[in-house]
Amino acid sequence: MSLKEAEARVKELESEIEQLLRHNDPNLDTDSIRHELTRARDKTLKEAYDNLTSYDRVYLARKSTRPNARDYIDALFDHFFELKGDRLAHEDASIIGGLAYFCGVPVTVIGTVKGKSLEENLTCNFGMPNPEGYRKALRLMKQAEKFKRPIITFIDTPGAYPGIAAEEHGQGEAIARNLMEMGSLTVPVIAIVIGEGGSGGALALSVANQIWMLENAVYSILSPEGFAAILWKDRSRAQEACEFMKLTAQDLYDFKIVERIFSEPRGDLCDNAQIVYKQIKRALQETLPELMHMTPKALVEQRYKKFRTIGDCSDNAM
Amino acid sequence: MEELFQQRKEKLNLFKALIRPPKPVKPKEVPTGLYTRCTDCGQDILSEELEQNLFVCPLCGAHMKLYAPKRIKMLVDEGSFREMNERLKGKNVLGFPGYNSKIDKLQRLTGLNEAVITGIGKIEGVRTAIGVMDSRFIMGSMGAVVGEKITRLVEYATRKRLPLVLFSASGGARMQEGIISLMQMAKTSNAIARHHQAGLLYISYMTHPTTGGVTASFASLGDIILAEPKCLIGFAGQRVIEQTVNQKLPEGFQRAEFMQQQGFVDRVVERKDMRSTLAFLLKFHRQEG
Repeated sequence: MSLKEAEARVKELESEIEQLLRHNDPNLDTDSIRHELTRARDKTLKEAYDNLTSYDRVYLARKSTRPNARDYIDALFDHFFELKGDRLAHEDASIIGGLAYFCGVPVTVIGTVKGKSLEENLTCNFGMPNPEGYRKALRLMKQAEKFKRPIITFIDTPGAYPGIAAEEHGQGEAIARNLMEMGSLTVPVIAIVIGEGGSGGALALSVANQIWMLENAVYSILSPEGFAAILWKDRSRAQEACEFMKLTAQDLYDFKIVERIFSEPRGDLCDNAQIVYKQIKRALQETLPELMHMTPKALVEQRYKKFRTIGDCSDNAM
Repeated sequence: MEELFQQRKEKLNLFKALIRPPKPVKPKEVPTGLYTRCTDCGQDILSEELEQNLFVCPLCGAHMKLYAPKRIKMLVDEGSFREMNERLKGKNVLGFPGYNSKIDKLQRLTGLNEAVITGIGKIEGVRTAIGVMDSRFIMGSMGAVVGEKITRLVEYATRKRLPLVLFSASGGARMQEGIISLMQMAKTSNAIARHHQAGLLYISYMTHPTTGGVTASFASLGDIILAEPKCLIGFAGQRVIEQTVNQKLPEGFQRAEFMQQQGFVDRVVERKDMRSTLAFLLKFHRQEG
């Protein structure tokens, strides 16, 4: 049973429980039936979560109820002061950024934002930035560097927006510049993938000293649908593609791209987000001071090496 | 130059025959016809004439595909090119079915080890680090080997204080290597950053097509960006854009001339002027000592 099916089953069981309680039939042993149903519900949920496929994780990572970058900023930082605009052309609401305190330390936070309703999504373009968004992010990162503040980014995006204006305004150039400039930042950078890490659009905010991921977040070269379309000319084989692509947090940890994984509770993350917030807070409390003690040169060197070593090749092996 | 590539190809084949049982050699798919059809105007052109004309259609001026070995031959001072890392080998990280054999087959067909040739050569006497992508190799896509070869070239150029010219021809990151391919964008861009910081010249030369993860990394980061006439330059594919925005794309969208109008290309250079243009720029930035 896939997670989606399990969720449907859980919903059924829950409505049965509700009906049972509402009718409160005296001829029935309500308590024991309720107990049975609850147990069945928990078992279904546990089984599904214990056997999550990569496809299930993609589904979870994309869930619209999942906490978005704004939720993380609210939960983890104090006095968030949002800064807007790329100072060149536009303000792109699909990337949010600004100043905040983390446990009293001034930091710069940046994140791609997905909306939770259609209305929100129309404003933030479903979390798909235009070049202006990446340029705003870069402006804020350079500003952080000037004032020697650590940078924390939250990544949750299907990818950079494939639109006409986006191309006209240099989507490729904007991403490329972020990759290059982020690589040279003399302050600590930590990137946290909280949902969907989609392609170059995600990479443009994750050239970091450390990359962390939530257990059910994904990070991939392209959406599974796009991957299937390119390799098999068939978008409907996305599920199959997921199992191939090695896009889960564990996969990226094994590739040594990701340094930390935060475990997620069973069921909807939005119901128990505190569990994840706490882990991230602890990790930041642990790691930020370590990184802030490093010299600017050492920070740049460590970041360079992190990406330099990805993609093993052997000489003379042909 | 041509001879060198031919020799290497032969050696490669010999070596492969040693480690694998010989298979019956299929005839190449490339037609060895007297005529070649122009990909743009559709006219048949005498192949020999086309080659003499640098693979530019003499009738309509279309710049047809120019494979990396030929481009290098046209570009560098005779006998000056020394290839680097020509035997680098990657891994099938996703365990993608048929990927290894696809690479083997392409290696045999093209004589290349991957989608880019890198090395050091002289252009009108200026020693230059040169990388040329070849779109025959899985659409010139960038996987670990391409990323590594380019990074090593850029790092070498930085160490030896050499100018750098990279010719891009790529569909973007290589799907078959998943996230590892994506990370090559960061790796190459970081190496370019150090080359810039050392005060050295990097010329990005965009050829057809320059798209996806290559546009979104080293190809867009040149001090000077040149492009071949009408070559495709963009991040997202045209079909994807059309499906997303549900409207027709503007005339000339994502072509070199269009991207120049948009401010992302310094000059569109005809192939006959490639060598002299690069020579001028390299000499202009020449650093003594």
